[in-house]
Amino acid sequence: MNRIEQAFGKGHPALVCFLTAGDGDTAANLDALVEGGADVVELGMPFTDPMADGPAIQAADLRSLAKGTTTRDVLDIAAAFRSRHPDVPLVLMGYANPMVRRGPEWFAAEAAKAGVDGVICVDIPPEEDASLGPALRDNGIAPIRLATPTTNARRLPAVLEGSAGFLYYVSVAGITGMQQAAAGSVDRAVADIKAKSDLPVAVGFGVRTPEQAATIAAVADGVVVGSALVELVGEHGENAPTHIRELTQALAQAVHNARKDAA
Amino acid sequence: MTDKLNSYRNQPDEHGHFGTYGGRYVAETLMPLVLELEREYKAAKADPAFHRQFEDLLEHYVGRPSPLYYAESLTAKLRQDAPEGKGAQIWFKRDELNHTGAHKINNCIGQILLAIRMGKTRIIAETGAGQHGVATATVCARFGLPCVVYMGATDAARQQPNVFRMKLLGAEVVPVQSGAATLKDAMNEALRDWVANVDDTFYIIGTAAGPHPYPELVRDFQSVIGREAREQLMNRTGRLPDMLVAAIGGGSNAIGLFHPFLDDRDVAMLGVEAAGHGLDKEHAASLTGGAPGILHGNKTYLLQDEDGQITEAHSISAGLDYPGIGPEHAWLKENGRVEYTSITDKEALDAFQLLCRTEGIIPALEPSHAIAAVAKRARDMDQDQIILANLCGRGDKDIFTVAEALGVDL
Ligand SMILES: Cc1ncc(COP(=O)(O)O)c(C=O)c1O
Repeated sequence: MNRIEQAFGKGHPALVCFLTAGDGDTAANLDALVEGGADVVELGMPFTDPMADGPAIQAADLRSLAKGTTTRDVLDIAAAFRSRHPDVPLVLMGYANPMVRRGPEWFAAEAAKAGVDGVICVDIPPEEDASLGPALRDNGIAPIRLATPTTNARRLPAVLEGSAGFLYYVSVAGITGMQQAAAGSVDRAVADIKAKSDLPVAVGFGVRTPEQAATIAAVADGVVVGSALVELVGEHGENAPTHIRELTQALAQAVHNARKDAA
Repeated sequence: MTDKLNSYRNQPDEHGHFGTYGGRYVAETLMPLVLELEREYKAAKADPAFHRQFEDLLEHYVGRPSPLYYAESLTAKLRQDAPEGKGAQIWFKRDELNHTGAHKINNCIGQILLAIRMGKTRIIAETGAGQHGVATATVCARFGLPCVVYMGATDAARQQPNVFRMKLLGAEVVPVQSGAATLKDAMNEALRDWVANVDDTFYIIGTAAGPHPYPELVRDFQSVIGREAREQLMNRTGRLPDMLVAAIGGGSNAIGLFHPFLDDRDVAMLGVEAAGHGLDKEHAASLTGGAPGILHGNKTYLLQDEDGQITEAHSISAGLDYPGIGPEHAWLKENGRVEYTSITDKEALDAFQLLCRTEGIIPALEPSHAIAAVAKRARDMDQDQIILANLCGRGDKDIFTVAEALGVDL
């Protein structure tokens, strides 16, 4: 079993946590996620034009870039994380242009060398898979795709084809950090996906509190939390790790026990 | 006749690719919409009623065909400094005489008809100079649809008259503060709106860029410029032009002029980007000074650093102040069919004043870049040769910017 499979095979729903690379003391913040109980870590690659992100992650990207964060820095952060945490799955998430700038093969090979398990690229849909997907697969990295409320039944097979790791279900049509979806619609969507695929389904966008996370975890294999954590970095700067650890602990407890509590 | 294999006019392919450029690089939430738009556009293209309505509005609402004008006085002026026997004839396609003052309205008419066909009830747009915002607000007023226009705060400040025009037309103008607060940031914000309002909202993109099918449909709607120009020049002179010239922001007025001539191998074409303060300083010349990458739904030339971060563009002309370019131009650059050059802020300002004085026409700062390139090229061409340039916008909106640049207090 690879690291992602292990994370989703623990017998309870997985908590997936997102932070932007180069924002604050990233290494300490990532360690706080692991200490708090995150099962999968998503490392955001900062981009000048994060058009699928809301204000929190936009601000984090700009903070990181203002400090001069480069692609090399992101890969170094990933590699250092991997040596500190050999078993925790690490996924890079970001936009196409920084990933393909030096060629998809370069990026995929460097990410593999850094110990990255999966890559989520927001603006490469299945139709443009050739721009990055083959290079990731050749390097043993899971291309993690997104499905959304607009992904209809006719389209879903195309999204699943060539996906690996887990499927990221974006619970609301919108940008990160905004409103939360109704639990009923998430339940149906996850069931539809699971009817067509063996991949674990993690649900995100708009999940901020342990209560919300528990509701989602009752019906999904994983819950993704991003903006709420990223905001802590913006708010607390170098003191963020304590706050991140605290929130992650509460989220992890809610997510890990959601099935038990619901049963 | 040019056979299909040898034609420059049969792009994009079924995936929306112009060679290796173009495509549909959007978030999954938007993908089903973009595919639906493609289906709907195909159906509209095959529907004579759609064409009739489009053409009727262009004629009676926009005021087409726009005149083709022989700029005799500018031609004479440029010949004064040209070598003996040199100095091409300069003709202008007068799209600045359109309703709302630029070519942008051609595209907005086409897209709002598509929006209505698709049952959409809310329109959004991005704007740089404000011309596309005004054109969008105009068609929304005409068809009774609510309209939200995203505009970089920097642009809103330098294009105040257009901001007020949009408001008069009933649009909501949202100033965007992120980045350098110009066109690219406005486009990011429009995409964020669209992704959150997919059910009822149609995004009217203002240039021949973005995810497929936008580059294709914007080009098709703007191609009325080139079709008319071709016929008008043939009627007046019995021949085709020797060279076409157009300014390039995202590339819609240029592709609209060029596309109907692409297979006329003897017609040279020159696209003019904004060199801003100079190509070695801040500029907006994506083709000349950029590299291929992915942004705003398409693969194309972008101003970017070695990590793929997008760098800020600069041009005195808000309509050219964008770090990307439509994918068809990227393809036409690479296959060499169209030549691309660039003109600085200063050269554009000089050309702006030259046209005011010689022809009694106040051009927008965008086509002033084309006029500057025309002036450079005309002097090396024979007197019986013809340059046809796109005068794609009028300069009323720019008089404050020009006054400031010239050090005049209004
Ligand atoms: C008058 C005018 N010309 C040109 C442009 C640039 O756009 P495009 O290259 O799509 O024609 C603009 C954009 O706002 C404009 O207002």
